Formats: sequence, structure tokens, C-alpha cells
Amino acid sequence: MKFKKLIIASSIIASSLVSQVTMAADTIKVGVLHSLSGTMAISETTLKDTVLMMIEDQNKAGGLLGKKLEPVVVDPASNWPLFAEKTRELLAKEKVDVIFGCWTSVSRKSALPVLEELNGLLFYPVQYEGEESSKNVFYTGAAPNQQAIPAVDYLMEEMDATRWVLAGTDYVYPRTTNKILEAYLISKGVKKEDIMINYTPFGHSDWQGIVSKIKKFGSTGKKTAVVSTINGDANIPFYKELGNQGISAEDIPVVAFSVGEEELSGFDTKPLVGHLAAWNYFQSVESDENAAFIANWKKYIGDDKRVTNDPMEATYIGFKMWVKAVEKAGTTDVNSVEQALIGVAVPNLTGGTAVMNANHHLSKPVLIGEIQEDGQFEVVSETPDTVIGDAWSDFLPSSKNLISDWTAPVKCGNFDIKTAKCSGQNF
Amino acid sequence: MKQIFSVLLSCILSWQVLASTQDLDAFQRTDTDSDLSQLVNQLPKTKLKKMPSLVEKIAHINNEKTHDVLQFLLNGELFYTKANKTVVHAVKADNSLYVLTDVLTSEMLVPVEKSKLRKVKTNNRLRGSIRSYIAKIDLTDEDKNIRIKAVKQLLDNPSDSGLSAVQELISKEKDKDVRELMNITLLLNQLKKGKHAEKIAAITQLEDTLEPSVKNAMVSMLEALPTESKTDEQKALAANLSKVINNIESKRGVFEVIENIFFGLSLGSVLLLAAIGLTITFGVMGVINMAHGEMMMLGAYTTYVIQLAFPNLIEYSLLMAVPAAFLVSGLVGVIIERGVIRYLKGRPLETLLATFGISLILQQLVRTVFSPLNRQVQAPEWMTGSWVINPVFSLTFNRLYIIIFSLMVFFTLLLILKKSSLGLHVRAVSQNRDMARALSIKSDWVDAITFGLGSGIAGVAGVVLSQLTNVGPNLGQAYIIDSFLVVVFGGVGNLWGTLVAAMSLGSINKFLEPAVGSVLANIIVLVGLVLFIQKRPKGLFPQKGRAAD
Repeated sequence: MKFKKLIIASSIIASSLVSQVTMAADTIKVGVLHSLSGTMAISETTLKDTVLMMIEDQNKAGGLLGKKLEPVVVDPASNWPLFAEKTRELLAKEKVDVIFGCWTSVSRKSALPVLEELNGLLFYPVQYEGEESSKNVFYTGAAPNQQAIPAVDYLMEEMDATRWVLAGTDYVYPRTTNKILEAYLISKGVKKEDIMINYTPFGHSDWQGIVSKIKKFGSTGKKTAVVSTINGDANIPFYKELGNQGISAEDIPVVAFSVGEEELSGFDTKPLVGHLAAWNYFQSVESDENAAFIANWKKYIGDDKRVTNDPMEATYIGFKMWVKAVEKAGTTDVNSVEQALIGVAVPNLTGGTAVMNANHHLSKPVLIGEIQEDGQFEVVSETPDTVIGDAWSDFLPSSKNLISDWTAPVKCGNFDIKTAKCSGQNF
Repeated sequence: MKQIFSVLLSCILSWQVLASTQDLDAFQRTDTDSDLSQLVNQLPKTKLKKMPSLVEKIAHINNEKTHDVLQFLLNGELFYTKANKTVVHAVKADNSLYVLTDVLTSEMLVPVEKSKLRKVKTNNRLRGSIRSYIAKIDLTDEDKNIRIKAVKQLLDNPSDSGLSAVQELISKEKDKDVRELMNITLLLNQLKKGKHAEKIAAITQLEDTLEPSVKNAMVSMLEALPTESKTDEQKALAANLSKVINNIESKRGVFEVIENIFFGLSLGSVLLLAAIGLTITFGVMGVINMAHGEMMMLGAYTTYVIQLAFPNLIEYSLLMAVPAAFLVSGLVGVIIERGVIRYLKGRPLETLLATFGISLILQQLVRTVFSPLNRQVQAPEWMTGSWVINPVFSLTFNRLYIIIFSLMVFFTLLLILKKSSLGLHVRAVSQNRDMARALSIKSDWVDAITFGLGSGIAGVAGVVLSQLTNVGPNLGQAYIIDSFLVVVFGGVGNLWGTLVAAMSLGSINKFLEPAVGSVLANIIVLVGLVLFIQKRPKGLFPQKGRAAD
């Protein structure tokens, strides 16, 4: 009796093993490396769902290279070292062909060494501080010159801002972005005493002193604008305090780089109306692709109130590009796909096309939007052409001479054009 | 002849806005109606770049509807229908349809969905200039506050036509405040453009004004003067200017200090509310309750639920939420005490771990029930805005009410502990449990009520926090550390100590913040506290005598 059971059990195991092997042969594995628990779960779960939606659509359309796509979802739990471990699991154990994932810069930096060691392929969909270019990473979010600098230009030209408050949360993205912006503003003739830089801890909620300081800084008769890299939860109390102290968007406009539709969906948006945000995508942009994407998303998630945002579009573009590149290369081999990706063009959701450049960054349009009462943005300015993402900022002395070019003959992530040398360090 | 005509024309143009005389109106109405409708109908076709000039043209038409059109445009309520490009005033109705009114004919149209409409676009710069246009019209408004706002707008953004309007109206103005503001506006213009004697006169008259634009004008004037080889006139001007500027500066300095004290007290009162419940449970029962923050979170979510349940009573929602949150959190507190803590009596480490586990359970519960996203808690009208005492000093209403409220809670609690029989029992148990039991005090029952009271107050603190920060599952964690700091600093189990500790920690933080930034201010406060605890391990006001053991 016991023996019989054993036979049945082993045959089940064996057959499942066999079926797994055959599955593996018939599918292309797509890794999804987004936090599904912990503090970042709020933002990253959306992107996981986006990738799954795209995979489902691709499979419905017949898969890729005649095979079905198979998602492999792991949860790095907002724990930065775990990103490295999970990347290793995806690449070494699951043998995925591509990974979509990461949100914070520190999680990306944690996964990078593993990606380079095991020659993986990562699509990173969030705006970031730049100063990085890896052969194994494609950056589909905005570099500083695709978000921060156009936003400052807008404030300077359209709003005549001459005094600047650079307010941010105290971590790597705001610090680097503000360093770039400060150098940029000074190069535009803004005096040092007309720039105020302020950092606050994560989740800061008592803004009265800082807002009052901003108010005083802005009451000298010169037009003042706030460039905010304040992250996440701290934004609501900040805007509330602005409203309560009577600072309207016409007096001192705030342009934010981390406030999108998703973040606004938890806001009482009244105090925010008229303030600005700079992104490459807004849900409110009217185009056929966007309308289809939004409808598809709402249907997939089964919630009519869910919104779309910029990192979702970046994920969408990254996924479409990878599909095109795999079709072009005829294989999912990382080295071939990496070369095939350069030059691939995919329509943006907001119109026009995004092109993957030799530095693994996209050419994308930059939009400036004003926050509306319904939590959506209204576009008030748009760059006439697409802007090429710049991996190494031209405004920082340390990276002024660096370029990134992954095509032959340079094939280097940080090539010094003065000394014509590649430092060899990829990140 | 031509000259006279052009002078006449410019006169008419500049006075048009003010012309409220009846005889002109009848003639102009018919005339301006068609002008206005022609311009308004251009709105849908105009690009954002061309909007300023179009709006300027609209603003210069003297028609009773001009003000409405500008106001709607400012409020973002001006739309046009996609079908036939009719410009309408659209307001969202309850049934998610938009109620339309033709701006020109005031005719009600059939309500439509949002997708049939498109908004007439504005941006911040345009809205700024619309405000100035409206201000000119509003100078003759009947409401005094609207007039004050209008003059302020013109003071900060002076224009020739605006100034001449003020000049005209100042003699007719009956209200003292408005007249004074108008006077400042004119003096500022005199200071900028007048002759030397007039300038000096203006400076002396503006000596006591705290309006930022006055000071800015003076500073830029002083900077514009040549540094060397001044004429006598310039010397006199410079001396006068710097004297007045210094005067204004020192006055502003005083207000800055008062403002900082206010900020400190308001941060302190939030800390007080958060910590005071902990003082009771920690001090009386010796229980380190790591789930205290989650009691606040429950209070905040109670506010959210109340607003959800009574969407039409937002103004009263907080008043309803305070008792409700007290009950909800208090009840949960009693359940925790009865269900877990009483079995762990006298084992502080186990209690700490158990309550930490409870805090995680409560967080996850909230995540499951309400989703991990932050919930939107609205601020009632009376909690928004600020009380403007003078141009450089204003107090925000929400902070003001919170200071008052937290002091009220504090004294109520003090009263309960000092004057009621419950308080007597609580104090008896905290001083000597065995003796209290010997005197037939049910110490178990007292423990449960005490824990419930402490948790209930945490719930009330949560209602307050819902007005200041995000209502989300992590709300409690952000405040638990601060609460413990306050309790330890003030001395365990001492209410007055908690009050002093909360207020002083708040004030120290706010006085350090402008100098060193908020990140460093937090660090300095923490390091200072560590050193203080080394020196006085029992806090500011340690319990003395036998109770201390």
C-alpha cells in the first residue's frame, strides 16, 4: 500500500518535472523585481501589475518568437540588499531573459553588480539622478536633463523666476539633482544668495518653520519658485502648510519631480491646485494610444478609479522596446538584444516616438503640468522636440567630460572625451 | 484737435473701468456686449501664448459680465463645448454631470459629461494678471475684505491704471483699513516716482509699514544709489532710507522670534498629545506599549470613516471624530489589556515584544481593510487658512486650534487624575499596588481602565494628526519614537513633566531648525537628550519617595 503511494507520488513529481522542463523550453521568462511589501509597495506594486498586463497582452497577440512569455515575480520587500539577492535568484536560478524592476536608486545600485556579473538585462522605469551608465541596464525613466532642467527653464522663461528654493528629502536623488540644478542656475547667472537649499528627513511632517522661511525668502520682490524633490508622504503636509500660510501657486509656484497622478490619488488636492510637476507623461494627455492604454489598464486592474502615471509609461515603452529588439535580434541572448535595442523606436503614449540611444537612455518629450482639482494634470508647456537623456550631467565638474556610448567603437559607459579613456568602471 | 481727441480717448480708456455712472452705462451696454461676446468667442481658439493679450482686451471692456468672465477663468470654471465651441461656465453637479451656463447670455444649458467639454486653459502667469484686472474692478466692491484684497493686489503689482483708480477712490473710501492700505499704495508710488522732497516725505510716512513691498522698494532704491560721490540730495535720501529700513528690520525680527515660539509650541502640543497617553500607561502600569502609535493611527482612521459616513458634515466631522476616536481606540486598548497584557504582568520585555507584535497586526489589519495607500482626510473650512495679524506675522488656524485643544485635553486629564475617584484609584495603584489592593481597590479593573484611557487619548491625538499628516498604516510609527522621547525626558508618570518636556523639545527643535536645518536639528535634539539622560536618568521631574521604586 505504502509502496503504491510512493509510486504515485514519484510519478507525479516526475511528470511535473518533465512538464516544467518542457515549459521552460517553450517560454521566455520575464523577471519582475518590484517591492510588493514594505514602504515602496505603494508605488512599485503598480509597476508589477503593468508588466503583467503587458505580458498578458503580448501572449494574447501570439507571444514572442513563437513562444509564450512567462512572468517570474519576486518580492524584494523594499529591502535594498535583498534586491541583489533576488536579482541573483532571477538570473542564476530562474534564468530569466530580462528583468523589469527597481524604483529607488539605492535598490538599482544594489542590483547592479549582480547584473553585470551574471550579464543580465534590466529595464529601470523611474526618473533618477543620472551619473550612471551600465551595459546591462536600460534607463527608460527621465535623466535630470529630461525633467529637472526643462522644469527650471520653464519657471525661468514663463514665470520669470529669479530666486530659487531647492527643497528635497535627504537622500541621493535630491542631493545629486540639486547639485546639478545649482550648477545649472549659477551657469545661467543666478547669484548664490538667490538660491536656498533645504533638506528634510524622510516622512517630515512639521513644515511650518520651513514654509515660513520660504515665504520670507520669497518676499523680497523678486519672483521666487520652489523646485521640490521632496519624496513620498512628506509632500501632503508640505502643500497643506503652503496653503495654510496663504502661499498660492501664483505667488510662489512649486514644481515637483516626485508628485504624479498616483501620489495625488491619496491627496485632498485643493491646496495644490496650480502647482506644477514635470514628467514625460501625464494621464490627461489626449491621444489614441493613451486612451487605449488607460482603458486597458482599468480593465486589467478591475478598478475604474485607478490612474496611470509616468513610471508606468516608462515600463510600457521599455517592454515594447525589448519585444521589438528581441524580434529584431531573433534571440533573447542578452548581448545581441543589448545591441539590437539601440536605435529601437516605440510610439510614446503622449504622441511622437521614443528612441533608445547609444547611452541606454531614451529620447522623450518633457511635459510641464499644473495640478487640477480632480488630481489630474493639465499640460501648460511641452518641449518642441524630444530630449535625449544624458547619463552624465554637463553641469557637474566631475562628469562634464564623460559620455556614455555602448556602440562600437567606444563601447563604454563613462568615456572621458578629453583623455579619450574609458575608466572601465561601469557604475 | 487731434491731440485733444487722443487725450480724451486715453482718459476714457483709463476711466472706463471706474465709470459707474448710470447714463454712460446704458449707451455702453449695447456696444460692449457685442465686443465682449466677440472676444469671449475667441477664447476656445486662442493658444496659451496669445491668451494674455486677449484677456487684457476682455478686461478693458466695461461690461457687467467682464468680472464674471475673468473670475470664472481664474477659478478654472470656464469651459467650452467641443461640439460648437460655446464658452460656458461649468460647475460639477452631484451626479458627476456638469451644469452649464452660457457666460454671455446667462442661459442655462443641458448638463453634459466632462468628456463633452474642454477647459479654457490658463497658467500661473495669466492668473496673476487676471487677479490684477479683477482687483481694479473689485476696488468698488461692497465687501470690505474684497476691497482690501484688491488694494493689496495693486500694492504688490502696481500698474498705472490701477494707481489712478486708487487715487480716484481714496477720498470716497469710508473704511479706515482700506484707506490706509490705499494710502500706502500711493505713498509707495510717490516714493518711486516723486521728486526729492516728496520721496523724503513718503519715507517718513512709511516708517511703520511692515508690507514687504514697501521694504523691498526701499532696499532696491538704496541699492540703486551710487556708492560714492553722492549728491547732497542722494545722501539725505540714503540716510533716511537706511534708518527706516533698519527700523522695519528690527520690528520684523521681533515678530520672527514670536513666530518661532508659536511654531515651537505648536510642535510641542502635537508631541504632548501623542505622548500624554503613553505617560499614563507607562507611568502608572509600567507597561511599555509599542502599539501606542497604532492607537493614534486608529484614531486617524476613525476620522476618515466619519468623513466617509457623513460626507455633508465635513465642517463638524472633527467634533464628531474626537469622541468616536476616543471610544474606538479606548476599546481596542481595553481589549489589548484584558487579552494580552494582564497575562504578562511584571515582565516588561515580554510586554514590549507582545505590544510590538500587536502594533504589526494592527498595521496589517488596516492595510487589508483600507488598502496600503494613504487615505484622504479633508480639512474643515475653519481649520484652513491663517489669522493675519500684520503683513509679516500670521498664525495658521489649524495649529492655533491644536495648541488650544491639546491644552484642553491635558487639563481634563489632570482633572480626572487629581479630582475623580478613578484618578484616586489610579494614583493609589501606581504608588503601591499591594497596599491599594489591600484597601479593596480592584487593581485589575484600574489597569484596564487606565490602559483604555491612555489609548483613548492616543486616538484623540490621531484625530489631530489626521489634519497635519498622512493618514496611512505607517502613521503611528512616525510618532512612537517622539512620544517615548517626551515621556522619558519629562520623567515617567508625571503629567506636568510631559507638558514641559513636549513644549521644550518642540521649541528647541524649532529654534534650531532655521539655523542648522531640520535634519541636523533632529540629530542635535537626540544627542542632547542622550547626554541629559546620562546626567538625570529619571528625566526632568522624577517621581520622589516610595512611588519612585
